[in-house]
Amino acid sequence: MPTYRPGPVSLAIAVLVALFLLLPLLAVIPVSLTPSRMLAMPTGELSLRHYRSLVEDPRWIQSILLSIRIGVVSSVISTVLALTFSLGVWMFQPRFTAALVGFVLLPMVVPPVVSAVTLYFLLTSVSGISSFFGYDTWLGVAMAHSVMTVPFATVLILVSLSQLDRRIDLAARGLGASVWERATRIIMPNIKFGIVTAALLSFVLSWEEIGVTLFITSVNAITLPRLMWMGLRDNIDPAIAALSVILIIITVLVLAVRSVITRRRAAA
Amino acid sequence: MRGTLSDRTGAALLMAPLLLFLVLAYAWPFLGVVKWSFTLPTPGLGQYHALLTDDLVQSVFIRTLRIAAIVTVVSVTAAYAITVVWVRGSPLQRVLAEFCILVPFWISVLTRAFGWVALLSNRGLINTWLQSIGFISEPLTLVRNEFGVIVGMSHFLIPFAVFPLASAMRSLDERVLLAARGLGSSRMRTFWTVFVPMTRSGIIGSAMIVFVFSLGFFVTPAILGGGRSVMIAELIYLRIFQSPDWGLGAAISVVLVVFVGALMALVFRYVKPKQLV
Repeated sequence: MPTYRPGPVSLAIAVLVALFLLLPLLAVIPVSLTPSRMLAMPTGELSLRHYRSLVEDPRWIQSILLSIRIGVVSSVISTVLALTFSLGVWMFQPRFTAALVGFVLLPMVVPPVVSAVTLYFLLTSVSGISSFFGYDTWLGVAMAHSVMTVPFATVLILVSLSQLDRRIDLAARGLGASVWERATRIIMPNIKFGIVTAALLSFVLSWEEIGVTLFITSVNAITLPRLMWMGLRDNIDPAIAALSVILIIITVLVLAVRSVITRRRAAA
Repeated sequence: MRGTLSDRTGAALLMAPLLLFLVLAYAWPFLGVVKWSFTLPTPGLGQYHALLTDDLVQSVFIRTLRIAAIVTVVSVTAAYAITVVWVRGSPLQRVLAEFCILVPFWISVLTRAFGWVALLSNRGLINTWLQSIGFISEPLTLVRNEFGVIVGMSHFLIPFAVFPLASAMRSLDERVLLAARGLGSSRMRTFWTVFVPMTRSGIIGSAMIVFVFSLGFFVTPAILGGGRSVMIAELIYLRIFQSPDWGLGAAISVVLVVFVGALMALVFRYVKPKQLV
């Protein structure tokens, strides 16, 4: 327990920072209710027309479905790759582990815009070979997203492995379990929370990815962030405000549920 | 090991898929980008020469460094203030601070940039309000300029700046503060001469994270700068998709990676990576 609580001055500054952090999230609420076709504050009457257009305009639904599909595929790819890699690191502790892990973490450290140019190079090169797997295809986007999310998945799985008691695995090994049995029946059940977290984080990162997506899509693979981007650059479409309000509400709900769950766990 | 896999083959089989994937989908194409920077449009060092001489590129580099420096100071200071409450506040204060940090952290960069557009644009919340109370007659230009970019980027990066600071503040030895107070130091003096210096590694870590992030930032400057306050990342995008001048775009990317790599190497020489997390 800290001996010294923050004093009135620190509290006052922290409140200002908190307002700064929350204000833009609150500002989208009135904008989403404007009856106007352009970005504006509602004057007098409120309207739900922009929420309706989210449901009625097929572009929004299509891009949401596409983002879900890309998110699921890239989350599966990056979780599986991260899991096998991390199991290799943990079970065998090979030489050069630090260098190999460092290499795997590169897409997380390199400025995203450079990764975007790199993946643009990759997908335009692949486009020549295969038409359903290159630039501006959903599979290409899913693969690019896997590159970007796999370092995060690897970190999460390595962290949960580092908390695992090695003696469980040694016992299994001593009793004659094969590598496959040790991995699937001993280790994986013990880190399933980490694996699920890695998969969820990969999905979320893919779902909201925009920096790389902008470089590798043009007219076909329009994910939800890409569609929002198009509506933000030119004439700002207030439907984005309605969508933002929905996304913010979902985030707050998920965080609230998560904090209740972790509190229960801590109490139990 | 009853004649199953040897350790070496086992490790190789498990680790190969990801390594192969990243070599093919990341390392190889990155070398391709490096190759572009030396070959497009003509082979040679022409693109790098252009980087050093082109006025536009130079001004974008300087603007990027300036904005990144300002954003770093703003974000780390603001993050410090809220982290103090998150780590050392009463239980209720902690819950509220955590909410204010984590909710923006999990909301996408686009939504957050849009929030600032809704707040700062000519017909946004602030201008509408100031006009309705008669404080101003013409809307203030708060967005589509450097001010908007700095505000939006700081907002995005504050949660990232919080985490290294929080871990530094958590690992701080309480007894030193008690000793300072016991020896008659005032609250203010204890904070500035004991507390802040003891969280130095957290400050360096969070400053580095924010600065490196800012250098390669694309989305927020593109939306809140409205094409008028172009930073390096947007310049790369414009060179590749609008000019199109792939060679120059690639050369800027290479320089950016080398710069960020050198910066991180420099910081890690003075601070061990472990102290940052």
